[in-house]
Amino acid sequence: MLRILVVEDSASMRSFVRNALESDSRSSAGVDVVEASSGFEALRLLPRGPYDLVITDINMPDINGLELISFIRKSELHKATPVLIISTQSSERDRARGLSLGANGYLIKPFSQEVLQSEVWRFLPSGIAQAKPHG
Amino acid sequence: MAELSDKAREEFFSEAQEIIETLSRNLLSLDSTLKAGISDPSLINEAFRAVHTLKGLAGLFGAARLGALSHRLEDVLDDLRLGRIELGQGVLDVLFGTVDAYTRILQAEKSDSDEELDVEQLFAELERIGAGATEHESPVTGYELDPGLLAVLTEYEEHRLRANIDLQMQLYRLRVQFDLSTIDKVLEDMKERAKRHGEIITYLPTGEATSADTIELDLLMASRDDLATLIGSLGADNVVIEEIPRRARRSHPATVPPRRPTALGRADSVHLQPDLERAGLEPAASLRSLTQTVRVDIRKLDHLMNIVGELAIVRSAFGRVAEKLRGEGQRKLAAELQRLHRNFDRRLGEMQDGILEVRMVPLGQVFDRLARVVRQISREVGKEIRLVITGAETEIDKLIVEELSDPLMHMIRNAIDHGIEPGQGRVEVGKPLAGTIALNAFQKGNHVMIEVEDDGRGIDLSKLTEKAITLGKLSRSEAQEMSRDEVLALIFLPGLSTRESADNTSGRGVGMDIVKTNISKLGGVIDVHSETGIGTKMTITLPITLAIVSALLIQAGKHTLAIPLSSVSEAIAFEEAAVRLVDGREVITLRGQTLPLCRLDRLMGLEIAPDFASRRRFVVVAALGQRRLGLVVDFLYGQEDIVIKPLGKSLSGVRGFAGATELGDQRVGLVLDAASLIEEVLAGIEAPRMLERARG
Repeated sequence: MLRILVVEDSASMRSFVRNALESDSRSSAGVDVVEASSGFEALRLLPRGPYDLVITDINMPDINGLELISFIRKSELHKATPVLIISTQSSERDRARGLSLGANGYLIKPFSQEVLQSEVWRFLPSGIAQAKPHG
Repeated sequence: MAELSDKAREEFFSEAQEIIETLSRNLLSLDSTLKAGISDPSLINEAFRAVHTLKGLAGLFGAARLGALSHRLEDVLDDLRLGRIELGQGVLDVLFGTVDAYTRILQAEKSDSDEELDVEQLFAELERIGAGATEHESPVTGYELDPGLLAVLTEYEEHRLRANIDLQMQLYRLRVQFDLSTIDKVLEDMKERAKRHGEIITYLPTGEATSADTIELDLLMASRDDLATLIGSLGADNVVIEEIPRRARRSHPATVPPRRPTALGRADSVHLQPDLERAGLEPAASLRSLTQTVRVDIRKLDHLMNIVGELAIVRSAFGRVAEKLRGEGQRKLAAELQRLHRNFDRRLGEMQDGILEVRMVPLGQVFDRLARVVRQISREVGKEIRLVITGAETEIDKLIVEELSDPLMHMIRNAIDHGIEPGQGRVEVGKPLAGTIALNAFQKGNHVMIEVEDDGRGIDLSKLTEKAITLGKLSRSEAQEMSRDEVLALIFLPGLSTRESADNTSGRGVGMDIVKTNISKLGGVIDVHSETGIGTKMTITLPITLAIVSALLIQAGKHTLAIPLSSVSEAIAFEEAAVRLVDGREVITLRGQTLPLCRLDRLMGLEIAPDFASRRRFVVVAALGQRRLGLVVDFLYGQEDIVIKPLGKSLSGVRGFAGATELGDQRVGLVLDAASLIEEVLAGIEAPRMLERARG
């Protein structure tokens, strides 16, 4: 079972990401999508990890994505957890900061479910996807 | 986007509706604050975020018209929140117009209607507002802010920080322990109270927590009020408030800075900061950009340093002329020249220190890069690694920092590949699953020490010796006589690696010989210490700067040579009778310790000049890292600051010399490279061989 934490303040965006992850045929082993609607909620959910991947927005109130990434990289439990940023084209500078703080990749909103799926699998332990006999 | 379910679309429309309502509320609040003559930047930022989210969703759900309006509105709100446009009643009117347009567009999207929605005029107005945007961002300076905090600021937060600094606000750090279950409420309450005193700019989790249910945040706050007022209003058991100090001004020209760069101030990049206040400039909120820093190409600093070097030679010549005049009985003139000489000397020293200070950068620059590499490699090889960094603020010459990245990366790579055991292996020997690599930096006199330490399996001495024998680097009998340290030093020989074969996951066989060569090119040395089963520690000792060198001028045979003072620990009188032979090597005993000797005149193949033959000679003790070597010289002239010039291509391969320098009286002298000299001599390479190599 793969556990993915999705941090995003927009409910529709969270559902969109959840649908994309849960409908992916590669995740036959099962995906547990954990949703956080704010930076605070993410801070609450992170200690309940580990997670195989964290997907986060940047532009959120109070604890923003950059602060979250910095926190994740400082934490013993999550410092090696891959982090994928989802942000809009206009947040170029903040996205670059996110990468330099240790995020592993980014996607520019809007994106299709397919693009999200293929990007996400770059960061997931491929062994789980392939270990399943006969696909 | 046909694959999206009706449910998802429904959810999207209701969220879009909510967002538009939020926007409308925000605009109303803005309207009332504007009329009351107060400004609340967070309101504009919230409006921006709302529209920003809406734009992302519109793209996702294929709502093109909603997207087009959001796109234009977002640009305007971005300009507003970043202070590129002033918010006035006219702008606010246009913004209110967008709420109406949104409502109509949303209605049309919901009913899948394609009707024309006459938004052209609104778009044109938004365009016109955006055209008035002006950029006037200055860098964040003036406060001792933690670079780690600056790195997590979003564009907006950075703008707010700048705006507050421009308004002459004092910055504070509030370190607060929150209960995770109530953080939202407690922080909201704190924000409300903080608004009375200023603005909270950012919230950064420190990564420290007293328990799993709590979290510690650093709040960066700007306020006009003093510390006591803030403590009175916001202080609590779980809150520690600290004033963030303003950056210290440059020392006044009347104070004489220390001669050597040991007490250099902090400068985290090549920055020149004019004193704005003294210059009578008000950091006003005008459109005029107040640039407080200048980026300088390091080559320009090199050039300036070279001129200082040339001036240093002129200065030395002054001294000699004064001596000469005195010798000829021109006492008055000599005294006058001597005074000028001293004055010149002092000013030149200040100038040198000033240029050096500008060149200094904290090692944190390269450490940050390494931290990313560690994360990447540990994931590649599937080992969990904890990187512990201390002394990232230690400063060193910019050019050295640039050259350090590769050697350090190789050392860390080796530590992860060869040092740290695989997770299971660690657990079996009772170590924590995660391996630790410590990267420590600190200043020691005129040197900077960098340690790379791992808690892995240590270097296997017998394997290392076997490998060296197999490669023909040493004989079995030689191997038996070697001390532990000598065996460890074998890893610096080309082609030696403790692994039987390089695995294929990464570019292995990174030679420690290359690392060592690169470090000695910087005038440094590397030492290794390793305990089987406990770990390995590599220590790099580097000079603090490459630009200018204090050197001891000595006479060896017919030649005057310079030995960089950074590698000299002391000079003592030489007594021929005290020399003993140990293993065919000349040594003396210095304070109970054996000191190997090297007779420079013989090493260089120089005959002894008759003037010095009968005189008393000296031993200059050269020390680098743990190793010491006594250089027997004929005369000590004293200390001078020199600029080392490279030897030129044809002689660049010669070991033992760092370069040449002008000696003040127009003569050229060679500069000994103590590091390579110590290496060569202590490695048992005999003098004639070294000389042959130098000649060949």
